Amino acid sequence: MKWSKLIHVAVQSIARNKMRTLLTMLGIIIGVGSVITMVALGEGSSRDIERQVASLGTNLVMVRAGSSQVGGARGGAGSLINLSMSDVQSLRSGATQLQGVSPEIRVTAQIIAGAQNWNTSVTGVAPEYLSIRNYQVKSGYSFGEREVRTRAKVALLGETVVRELFPGEDPIGAAIRIRNVPFRVIGVLAPKGQSAFGTDQDDIILAPSTTVLYRLGDGKTVRAIVASASSSEQMADAKEEIGTILREAHRIPADGADDFHINDQSEINQMATRITGTLTLLLSAIAAVSLLVGGIGIMNIMLVSVTERTREIGIRLAIGARPVDILAQFLVEAAILSLLGGIIGIAAGLGSAWGIGSLLGISVVVNPIVIIVAVLFTGAVGIFFGFYPARKAANLNPIDALRYE
Amino acid sequence: MNSATLVVRDVTKVFDLGAVQVHALRGVTLSIDRGEFVAVMGTSGSGKSTLMNILGCLDLPSAGAYLLEGIPVDQLGRNALATIRNEKIGFVFQGFNLLPRTTALENVELPLLYDRRHRIAAPSSAAEAALVRVGLGDRLDHLPNQLSGGQQQRVAIARALVTAPAIILADEPTGNLDSRTTLEVLAVFQQLNREGMTIVIVTHEPEVARYTSRIVELRDGLVQRDLPVPLPGDAAADLAATRQRVPA
Repeated sequence: MKWSKLIHVAVQSIARNKMRTLLTMLGIIIGVGSVITMVALGEGSSRDIERQVASLGTNLVMVRAGSSQVGGARGGAGSLINLSMSDVQSLRSGATQLQGVSPEIRVTAQIIAGAQNWNTSVTGVAPEYLSIRNYQVKSGYSFGEREVRTRAKVALLGETVVRELFPGEDPIGAAIRIRNVPFRVIGVLAPKGQSAFGTDQDDIILAPSTTVLYRLGDGKTVRAIVASASSSEQMADAKEEIGTILREAHRIPADGADDFHINDQSEINQMATRITGTLTLLLSAIAAVSLLVGGIGIMNIMLVSVTERTREIGIRLAIGARPVDILAQFLVEAAILSLLGGIIGIAAGLGSAWGIGSLLGISVVVNPIVIIVAVLFTGAVGIFFGFYPARKAANLNPIDALRYE
Repeated sequence: MNSATLVVRDVTKVFDLGAVQVHALRGVTLSIDRGEFVAVMGTSGSGKSTLMNILGCLDLPSAGAYLLEGIPVDQLGRNALATIRNEKIGFVFQGFNLLPRTTALENVELPLLYDRRHRIAAPSSAAEAALVRVGLGDRLDHLPNQLSGGQQQRVAIARALVTAPAIILADEPTGNLDSRTTLEVLAVFQQLNREGMTIVIVTHEPEVARYTSRIVELRDGLVQRDLPVPLPGDAAADLAATRQRVPA
């Protein structure tokens, strides 16, 4: 029999029992639907995490001062004051794997602008800091090497600071006072939102490193140095290179312990990967169970169908259908039943993913490969679970089948 | 090769029911020529249904030879038998055996779906022609439950005809019909036979057998009598006579 005819006959017989068909497909619909929903939301949220990690900075490597030890009491990380501007200089001149290096000198201060005031941290940085940390200047302009050299009293404000100090005003060119030192606002940073850890990345003021160090700070404490590796593949090399350079600069003997810490985002990435991996495993389990249940449903209804249509099978065999024709007819029917369930499931899954995603504010990522796999898989489920009933039909004895009441 | 459409020689059929062996056919020899109209008669248990199944290639003999248009059918496998059934045999059953919820035209087309050698070029026009031949040219799109018993049986005959088979085998084709409809169906058979179709019908009713040209009577799995009908009835004329007796 021709394929077109086979499909036509199968569709006819499926359409004859609409309620039964729908109930049979329900297992597949729920299975495929839930998998599609979870995959779309899972990929969406892992993309959200990636985006947040990226917003911390591109290929960010962070160096923090080591812990001090006074007697038996150990201070926390950064309690040792042993990073300095000269370390920044040696990294700049010595490192080959780094694209940008900047100190992070942070003071917390009460900021006054006209009648408003606000407490936030002022970070002294090199001009490269913006690209390292993925900040962008929304309006105005940033400072350059000249401002760093001259310890210029200029500042870039984050969105939150602008909102608190200049409600409804343009801050560019305005004066603010930080620890009674007057600064001029030269630019506003584009908002970045919350970081993956929940801190407000827009509650920030950036100023030239030297200005903060010498005019606001104690003139020596550099709490951290941030740098960006040339590429994500070179993260490990970059960390090693930083370690070598700093150990040399700090004159640490070969058997001595580091007096600094180097961190990167690989741990966050690892965590995200682990979560995604667990999620995928869970999804696969749900998919397997529901497709198994759906498949058994299809097998059940196909067995009923074969029994119901025993006479029809007898007629077909008597007028010249070969057993393989009967086999093909029931296999196609089972496959269509399953495929139809799969397609409805995909549509339902995408719909609910979109609904849940917009409700919870999670991105929805539709991966065409997942859809293709779902379609192929449901077709395969239909053929697998339809095989036994189809073979039963094909092996009927035409004489008995014709006599079946 | 002789002109015989089918030749059955010393055919036996034994059903092994475990404890007992049932000898349904004990050595039947029979030859039916092209263009014959034969009635196979016999009481229930005479083996006529078994013989019918063997003639129709639905079952194989336990021993003996069966040649259909010279082809030794008893040697064939399942798929080859299916092809023989499709191309050389047209079945008409007692219970019509039409596919429900399927139009007359689609029912008649059904055997052509399994015509793997595509002997018939245009299935739907061939099916339509077959329905016209049995006088149902105006009922193409009717479903079986919209047709009378006689009309359903004529659809079944059209389905048997459509593949241009070597022989039409009819198993109690009038068993479910009243006497008037029986004449209607027999008239169709006689008409087809006059056009050259070889037809074998199995029946236990002498009333039906007398419209054929030869009666083969089976008893206990053997051919008891095999005689030509001296003066076959004319079903069409008898049908017309009934119509006159019962004014509308």
